Amino acid sequence: MTAVTGTELLRLEGAAVRFGARTALDAVDLTVAAHEIVCVLGPSGSGKSTLLRAVAGLQPLDAGRVLLDGADQAGVPAHRRGVGLMFQDHQLFPQRDVGGNVAFGLRMHKVPRDRREPAVAALLDLVGLPGAQRRAVAELSGGEQQRVALARALAPEPRLVMLDEPLGQLDRSLRDRLVVELRRLFGQLGTTVLAVTHDQAEAFALADRVVVMREGRIAQSGPPLDVWQRPASEFVARFLGFDNITEATVAAGHAVTAWGSLPVPDGTPEGPCHILVRPAGVLLRPPGDGLPCEVTGRTFRGGRVALLLHPDRGPALEAECALRDAPAEGARVTVAFAAEDVVVLPGEPAGSAEPDAMEAPTAGR
Amino acid sequence: MTGSGPHLRAGSEPHLPAGSGPDPTTGATAEAAGGSVRAQVPVRRPSGTARAAALRLALMALPVAFFAAFFAYPVAAIVGRGLREGGHWHLGRIGDVLGDPGIRHVLWFTCWQAAASTALTLAVALPGAYVFARLDFPGKRLLRAVVTVPFVLPTVVAGSAFLALLGQNGLTDDLFGLRLGTSVWAILAAHVFFNYAVVVRTVGGLWAQLDPRQEEAARMLGAGRLEAWRRVTLPALGPSVAAAALMVFLFTFTSFGVVQILGGPTYSTLEVEIYRQTAELLDLPTAAVLTLVQLAAVGAILAVHGWTVRRGEASLRLVDGATTAHRPRGGERALLAAVLAVIALLILLPLGVLAARSLDAPGGYGFGYYRALGAQDSSGTFLVPPLETIWNSLRYAAVATVIALAIGGLAAAALVRRAGRLMRGFDALLMLPLGTSAVTVGFGFLITLDKPPLDLRDSWLLVPLAQALVGVPFVVRVMLPVLRAVDHRLREAAAVLGASPARVWREVDLPFVGRALGIAAGFAFAVSLGEFGATVFIARPDSPTLPVAVARLLGRAGGVNYGQAMALSTILMLVCAASLLVLEAPALRRGTHRGADLTGEL
Amino acid sequence: MKNKRRIHGRALGALVLGTIAATTLAACGGGGGSSAAGGTGGTNGGSGSKTVTLVSHDSFAASKQVLAEFTKESGYTVKVLRGGDAGAAVNQAILTKDHPRGDAFFGVDNTLLSRALDNGLFDPYTAKGLDQIPADVQLDAAAHRVTPIDSGDVCVNYDRAYFTAHKLAPPQTFADLTKPQYKNLLVTENVATSSPGLAFMLGSVDTFGDQGWPDYWKKLKDNGVQVVDSWEQAYNERFSGSAAGKQAKGDRPLVVSYASSPPAEVVGVTPQPAQSPVGVSTGTCFRQIEFAGLLHGAKNPAGAKALIDFMISKTFQQDMPLQMYVDPVRRNTPEPPVFTKYGAKVDHPATLPPATIAAHRDDWVKTWTSTVL
Repeated sequence: MTAVTGTELLRLEGAAVRFGARTALDAVDLTVAAHEIVCVLGPSGSGKSTLLRAVAGLQPLDAGRVLLDGADQAGVPAHRRGVGLMFQDHQLFPQRDVGGNVAFGLRMHKVPRDRREPAVAALLDLVGLPGAQRRAVAELSGGEQQRVALARALAPEPRLVMLDEPLGQLDRSLRDRLVVELRRLFGQLGTTVLAVTHDQAEAFALADRVVVMREGRIAQSGPPLDVWQRPASEFVARFLGFDNITEATVAAGHAVTAWGSLPVPDGTPEGPCHILVRPAGVLLRPPGDGLPCEVTGRTFRGGRVALLLHPDRGPALEAECALRDAPAEGARVTVAFAAEDVVVLPGEPAGSAEPDAMEAPTAGR
Repeated sequence: MTGSGPHLRAGSEPHLPAGSGPDPTTGATAEAAGGSVRAQVPVRRPSGTARAAALRLALMALPVAFFAAFFAYPVAAIVGRGLREGGHWHLGRIGDVLGDPGIRHVLWFTCWQAAASTALTLAVALPGAYVFARLDFPGKRLLRAVVTVPFVLPTVVAGSAFLALLGQNGLTDDLFGLRLGTSVWAILAAHVFFNYAVVVRTVGGLWAQLDPRQEEAARMLGAGRLEAWRRVTLPALGPSVAAAALMVFLFTFTSFGVVQILGGPTYSTLEVEIYRQTAELLDLPTAAVLTLVQLAAVGAILAVHGWTVRRGEASLRLVDGATTAHRPRGGERALLAAVLAVIALLILLPLGVLAARSLDAPGGYGFGYYRALGAQDSSGTFLVPPLETIWNSLRYAAVATVIALAIGGLAAAALVRRAGRLMRGFDALLMLPLGTSAVTVGFGFLITLDKPPLDLRDSWLLVPLAQALVGVPFVVRVMLPVLRAVDHRLREAAAVLGASPARVWREVDLPFVGRALGIAAGFAFAVSLGEFGATVFIARPDSPTLPVAVARLLGRAGGVNYGQAMALSTILMLVCAASLLVLEAPALRRGTHRGADLTGEL
Repeated sequence: MKNKRRIHGRALGALVLGTIAATTLAACGGGGGSSAAGGTGGTNGGSGSKTVTLVSHDSFAASKQVLAEFTKESGYTVKVLRGGDAGAAVNQAILTKDHPRGDAFFGVDNTLLSRALDNGLFDPYTAKGLDQIPADVQLDAAAHRVTPIDSGDVCVNYDRAYFTAHKLAPPQTFADLTKPQYKNLLVTENVATSSPGLAFMLGSVDTFGDQGWPDYWKKLKDNGVQVVDSWEQAYNERFSGSAAGKQAKGDRPLVVSYASSPPAEVVGVTPQPAQSPVGVSTGTCFRQIEFAGLLHGAKNPAGAKALIDFMISKTFQQDMPLQMYVDPVRRNTPEPPVFTKYGAKVDHPATLPPATIAAHRDDWVKTWTSTVL
């Protein structure tokens, strides 16, 4: 959302890649503007990495085009595309030290030695590893390797930097810290970034724009807040972690669901649909007034508590409340629904609406 | 936090692809692979892409042409000469020959002596494999090169050295009254002598890289030392033991010189019989049938070998071989002593006898025979002084090594990505010359390479070509696992950073394979240096190689001739050992990481 | 783009350079030795060529000066192709008879002669100087397809020191060898794999007749004859009289070898002993005669003829004994002193007509194998 200049750097038109019977990329159209940070989000196997490899020239397209700065890249080999790719497990050259890794792209681009050395030093400063040139890559911690890989990808000043699960192998707290650092760094350098991740928190923290992928197709694209607030489909909603979803029929400003009648925002089209109630919109009420439920589980998240509720009718519900208001496990409560947190999901063909259990992002697994 | 709740309608979504499992058809599914050992699970690119297939075909073109022209065509021609008469195939000959009780006896002996030799070699060499893999002791590297010397020595030399150990009045006779000369036992013992290194290198190479912590984990779970070895290490080693056993079986099944020299006239293998039928009796139909039988047997052995090797490639947890060795402790000292004693008795002693005889000149111990080598030969055995044959041999071996590295390197590059049956067949084809009689190849050359553009019959090139035929399989065996161990994404990382394909090879592959290339070159060189069979059958302008010169000297009466033969043999031995030692030197070792030692397939 | 080209170029350059270096390296050695012209690089020489190619076995040898003399006399340079032992060399020549590799062949002996002639290996040529060669070695006198070059006798050799020490007279004849005083003393070679082994058996056939010889071998076997696969093993490892056998602690004082072995044992030994440590049982000999012939289809028949003429000339015949340890066939050829001093005179060797050998060889080998092994 920041710094989108409108100059189009990358464009994919109907890009398709098939592995045997499986379609990894299915007619993908995507543009990335100069200086934009785009994050592709999706479960494993949704085609994210294939997308990056196709742009890098490591994976030939079965159909469609990749254009960089308006030029069709068909037939241009990887080493002449001028894009950088940071691999998910870094792929540092084990036989070279840190300096040798960072300088590699500069050597390939015939940068003379006297200009390489200061450039390497500056990059290592930038990623927070000053003076690490002579260290062996095998001695580095995961976070340090990640920084070296980033410096290496940035060194030849590629017009587009692509990151494949950039923080994938790091622990939670390090990720949270690095993602902020990364965003600041890219902002500073004005780099155009196309990153892929399966972690929505990472994507939302890093990106100007989020692209959600599913089975090789783009399920939704937009600024992080938009996507978060208005998932375009049940798939996106579930992928973002929303589980309060049920079938509904909208009529006269209300939705009839298994949970009872729910208020819906004005202007909602009538007819059958799926609706999502964000946990914040599931309000705890004194008994008697609304849908009776039993509290079956509690998860503590900072100052708030997520409650797993088992309603007397309809599927399980997730609710959110303040720590001090949290009822005990096994308690009986009654819930009501807030209209502003009820989201109507556009209809989808039946039977393909949910990621299965293996595919949903399950942090901590 | 996210949607793994019990109410998810699992099963209603059957067609979302399972993302984390390795999918044999795709390479792009390893997103969730976490901390697995990448080097052993190279990401395969989709095999269907036209460019990859075209590249593989281009890489294969030269090796395929080489084998077609210098192996398949000559062998097919000589077999055809035997079985075709007047435009008709006489396949009835096959039944006639196989029905002959004499031939059946030969077949039976060939099989059982190979089986017995293999079992004996494994029994003797497996402790050696452990010692070389896991124990540190001074002189280990030198000793490793030395135990490999018999493998590359021509049997004319080694056979007579071995006879000194086990033969009439040999050492065992003097010490224990044990005479094994010209008996089955001598054949078996000599086969152990020749193939000891195969087991030590193949099994030991892998053993050194098995993570010792796996065994430690088993012991923490309550397994005894032996139990842990049996349950954890042995299954991991299994396929490589099987591969080594099959290689030994192949080499002993096709044994020629050892059986001739040590077996005496009552024992004959298929290979000896093929030689007799071709070179002595010119009974080409019989020779052709036997050649086909041998090819079929060798093909079967290779198929099983390929299968075990592929099975062994299942992801094992491998570590840098240099880090797993330790100083011997406790019972290991006794084991080390026992292994060293076996090596001393079985390998060093015969080689030492050779050296001693070369120094035992009439005027007392000294270098008299060596001096005689340099002089223009008074008895006229050679038109060139024997010393010059060393130079000839080195040149032939150098050219053969260049050919073997080029052909074998290209073949290994084509085979890096495991692919369909066709490629596996190609892999096996490259190994076939190891199991084909030299006389078949040599005579085949004569009747096929006589027309332009391959009018090579009188060319010096025939010798290195024949030698390269034997060298190529070793180059492929040594290079392939290393090339396969290079993570393909490292190459991609380099490409994305701006490296052209040639540059990628130089910057990424070469540092990894440099050492393996050295070892491959060393093997090809030493094998070429010692190659005798095909060389001796290729009539060539007068540039005798070292083994041929030794054979000529041994074929003449007179102490001076014999002494010179011993001196030349000793020189051959030293050159072989030196080339193995030099080329295996860890010069390129600096930081080459894992992969550099992955040369265990042999 | 530029980047790629340059690297490509460099790698290619290195490869080409390496190949060229290796090729020249070997090419320099390839022609060495016999042909003065050296690098004729595999061209066989068409008609009118100044190179004549001699195909032979591994034991062929001639001194440089002698070959140079041939070149001086005839204008032809000799190129020698050698491969395998005598049997293998003949068989190779037969296999390539439609497209011979050379012009002349040397090294077919009387045990193999019929096979070579029946296969039409040679064109007739009556060599100049044939009158100097005794008729009894001219085994193809009617057609002159081959010309005798040398002869050699396969005989039992004995270890002089052993017989002196044991105050025992060495055996003299085939029959002697079955006597009890020579029990467990003789080592011979497998007739199926060894040329002297075969010759010794043929000698016994000539001596005892087609019916009697298997019985002789039964007696030899009962008398403890040892059979090994090759001459090298018999002479170098098992025979106690040779220098090599002494080192190897050979245990058999009698061996089937050549009449020329005694002089060979003293060549190069200083000081020269009064007599050779090895003696010859002159009544146990079988004569091998080696022939040369003009190969059918030769590209340079004129050169081949000149070479064959030269091979029975005094110059070549005189050079031969020390080169190949054989006897010259030319009458009145002076033998080197070491031969006259240490060699044995074999007056009545056993022989068999080549056709008889060819007709019965396989059966005899089978009979021998089943009797002795």
